[in-house]
Order: sequence, then structure tokens, then C-alpha cells
Amino acid sequence: MSTKGYIEITNDGLWHNNPALVQLLGLCPLLAVTASVVNALGLGIATTLVLVGSNLSVSLVRNFVPDTVRLPAFVMIIAALVTCVELLSQAFTYDLYLSLGIFIPLIVTNCAILGRAEAFARKNAILPSILDGFMMGLGFTSVLLILGAMREIIGQGTLFADMHLLLGAIASEWKIILIQDYGGFLFAILPPGAFIGMGLLIAVKSIIDNQISLRKKAHKEISITVNKRVRVTGKIE
Amino acid sequence: MALLRVSSPHMTQSGTTGHVMLLVMLATLPGLTMLTYFFGWGSLINIVWAGIVALCTEAIILTLRGRSLGFYLRDYSALVTALLLGLALPPSVPWWLTLIATSFAIIIAKHLYGGLGNNLFNPAMIGYALVLIAFPLEMTSWLAPKSLTAMPGEIPSFITSLTSFFSVTKVDSFDVMTMATPLDSFKHKGALTAAELWAKEPILSPKSWQSWQYISLGYLMGGLYLLYRKVFTWHAPISMLAVMAAMSALFWWYDPNQYASPQLHLLGGATMLGAFFIVTDPVTSATSVKGKLYYGACIGLLVYAIRTWGNYPDAVAFSVLLMNFAAPFIDFYTKPRTYGHQRDK
Repeated sequence: MSTKGYIEITNDGLWHNNPALVQLLGLCPLLAVTASVVNALGLGIATTLVLVGSNLSVSLVRNFVPDTVRLPAFVMIIAALVTCVELLSQAFTYDLYLSLGIFIPLIVTNCAILGRAEAFARKNAILPSILDGFMMGLGFTSVLLILGAMREIIGQGTLFADMHLLLGAIASEWKIILIQDYGGFLFAILPPGAFIGMGLLIAVKSIIDNQISLRKKAHKEISITVNKRVRVTGKIE
Repeated sequence: MALLRVSSPHMTQSGTTGHVMLLVMLATLPGLTMLTYFFGWGSLINIVWAGIVALCTEAIILTLRGRSLGFYLRDYSALVTALLLGLALPPSVPWWLTLIATSFAIIIAKHLYGGLGNNLFNPAMIGYALVLIAFPLEMTSWLAPKSLTAMPGEIPSFITSLTSFFSVTKVDSFDVMTMATPLDSFKHKGALTAAELWAKEPILSPKSWQSWQYISLGYLMGGLYLLYRKVFTWHAPISMLAVMAAMSALFWWYDPNQYASPQLHLLGGATMLGAFFIVTDPVTSATSVKGKLYYGACIGLLVYAIRTWGNYPDAVAFSVLLMNFAAPFIDFYTKPRTYGHQRDK
């Protein structure tokens, strides 16, 4: 039943149908944890793992689950996967798990995941579903990262602080202090800063899309030949 | 005088936006004079700087949006926003704080929503709320009024104010002169009774308290002048002040030790500035007569509630912003009946 090519799936996940910028799904964790890059990356990886896993499993069982009970079934699958991710993060990145707090278990309620299961994996074969999950996760993660970087720079004047929480000892020296003696701009760290940052990102995406479509139009106009006029009044002799 | 044979509206005075905004600026003069007299040059420097920033950001955004510069700059609305911000901010804030507040107000709160007339929220209050949340330390310390500085009768000189204004970190000599506002000190009085607090706290000594009252009365005078010139109607400000007076009188009568007096509530903070210069903003407030009454009353209620039971000592900005949300809703339910038509059922 797959109608989309792999390239189209990739484009959709990363840009045209980006879960965060276009579908505006999963805003709760997106806005809540993006106060720093490390939190954003942690949640992004966790969400991507769950997305790939849930798309794979849903695609596997798509022919055996009756339509009437599909939503409970999908939610069970997603919940099981989130539990796995939660236990993994407790085992390997415990400090990050503490700082992400409730938002790891809350991935269950991230509508982007159920949305992809319902809109894509339910109707497609295994391989495209995995790719779709991965690309959607990547799109989500990149938005998280950009927003996290913006908020960390404006809010604290640093970048990549505390990366060792996620990546281990090698990343402990990664912290870049961009502005010396920065007093901090609390607003960017607080939720309103996230909303405004998100709005600005969506605006930037719209600007880029507009530019692209304008360029395409200009390209087309050159190639159009002179229209033939159709006579609608009077007699043709 | 010959009768003018022109069609309605028969306006006797110029009603352009620019004219109204000029009147508003004129009406802040008594309050501004008092503020400068009691607290020194800080506010004046702030207002000039905010005005420059507002005009520059407005010009930049107008150019970006492809609008006519001359026409929109001449309605002075950016200047009024800057002026109100300058009056609301403490006189001791540094330049970057005013810069952030003003540019945020003009760019985000005003132009991203579509410019003057389309903004959902009062730009000046958005700017104020932003810096209040982001820089609580700078925003909660006011200068000590004239009567309380170390040497009696001496307020920070023009030069001192300027150096403090342009330094990134706080000037130490300024630190000595800053203290809480009357509402703030009442809020944090702890176990003291009201009488003990008034006797002990220097900010509430008769002379110092007088300066706060004079500033509020200055705003009241300006507001009454605007009312006389029919820049706005009495409904919203009076209903706000009435509700605040009633609420504070009720609780004060119940327990004068725990609740501040009506006098402190009406004259001790930004109440007068808010009632006559913020609540009356024609763009963001409710428009019908009944709607204005509800709008003002709800703001009064919120200000009292947040001041008394909330975390912030003063709450005009938050209350106004909250009610800006509700203004379209209020307008929807208070549509006046058209003459000759039946009330909707």
C-alpha cells in the first residue's frame, strides 16, 4: 500500500511535514525540556527510539489488529516501548533521567508518535515505516536541538553545558561559554521564552518556504510560452 | 459665526491618533514631574532612552514591513509606549534593561501582531512584564525618595544617575540608596502588625510616604485632564478604582493588621498610573460601555487579589495583560442593543 518513495518520506519527516514545526505535535515536551541542549538531545533521542520502535511494531501487526481496537493496541505498544526507554535511561544516563523527570514517561502521550502509527505505520510496509519513524524522530530532534541551543545561549550565555550527563566523560569539556559574565536572561529559560522561540522558528520556516516557492514560480514563468487567447464572444468566421 | 454647512461628524477638535497620543503624553507631565522631584533624574533618562529605542525599532520594523515611515511614526504611539514604560520601570534600572523592555514591546507585542490597532496586548505592559520576570532583582529595588537619602534633601545627581544608567553592573553607591516600595515592604512585613510596620519602616515614614502619594496624585491629575478632554470615558478607570477601594476597605475593616489600607492600595503603587494610562488603552480594552465597566472592575479585583495573596507586590501589569485576553470575550457578551431592536433571546 505504500505510495511514497523513500526520498519523499525523508523530506516529509525533516521538512515538509516536520512533526514539531508543521504538525505542531508533541509541543508539551518540546516546550518543557528545551531549556538546554543536553536536555533537548536526551529527549530527542528517546523520542526517536520510541518512534522507530512503535512504527516497526505497528507495521508488523497492522494486518492482525481489528480497526475497532487499534488505538488501545497502539497505545499499549507505545507504552511498552517508553517503559523500555525509561529503564534504559535510568540505567545508563541516570543524571539526565533525573533532570528530564516526568517528560520521559510522558513520551507515551506525545501525539507525534500515535499520530505516525495511525497515519503511516498502520498502512505501510515495515521498511518505509521504520524510515518514517526515524525521519520524523530526526526532524523532531533537530527542532528540539535548535530551540534548546537558542534558549541556552540567550538564557545562560553557554552552549553544550553538562553534556557529560548524556555522552559520558568525554563530553565534560564541551561547555562553551559564549558570553563572559553573562547575567542570564531568565525569560528564555522560562516557558514563555519557549513559546516565543517556537513561534520564531515556525516563522523562519515559513519565510524559507515562501522564498522557495517564489523561486520556483519565477523559474516557471520564464518557461511558459505565450498563451493562446480563446475567443468567447462574437462569431468566428 | 456663520453656520457651517458640512455633514457629520461635527468634530470641534482634531481627532487624529497623533493628537490623542500627544494629549496622553502631556497628561503624564504632573506625575513625571513628581517622580523626578522625589526620585531624581533616573526616570527622565529612562524615558528619553526608551523613546529613542522605541522610535528606532519602530522605524526598522516599519521598513521591514514596507509601511510608510512618516505616517506611522507621526502617530506617536511608539513614544507613548516608551513613555509609559519609562514611568513604570524603577528609576535605577540600567540602559540594557530599558532597551530589552522597549524593543520587545515594540517588536513582539506590537508589530508581530500587526501594528497599532491590531495588538492584543498593551505593548508597554508586555515589556514591563518581560523584564519583571527576567530581572527580578533590578525590577524590585526602587530608589529611596528624596527625604530618606543619607544627606537630607539630596537625590542622586544627574551625573550619578547617568553613570549608573550606563554601567553594566550596579553602581555600589546606588545600592545604598535603593529600597523596597511601600507595597513591597507591607507584603514582607512578617509578624509585625501594621502599626508597628508604619512606625518602624523608613519607607513608610510620613515624609517618604508623602512622596509616593504625590506621584499618584500627579497621575490622577493627568488622568482627570484626559477625562476632561474626552480622550477616554470614565467607566473603566473609575470602576477599577472603585472595586479596589471597596475590596481593600472591606478587608482592612475586617483585619487592619493583616491587610493594607485602601490608601496604601490606591496611592502606594502603580494603581493611578494603571487606571488612567494603561486600562484606558483604546486598542486592548473592552469597547462597549458595560464592557468597560466589567473590564475595569475585573482588573481592580485581580490587582487586589495578586497584591494580597499572590507573589508579586504590585500587579497592575499582570492584571491588565490577563484582562486583555478577556476583552474580546467581554465585548461579545456586552454588545449594546441597537436602538429600536429587541434584545436577543
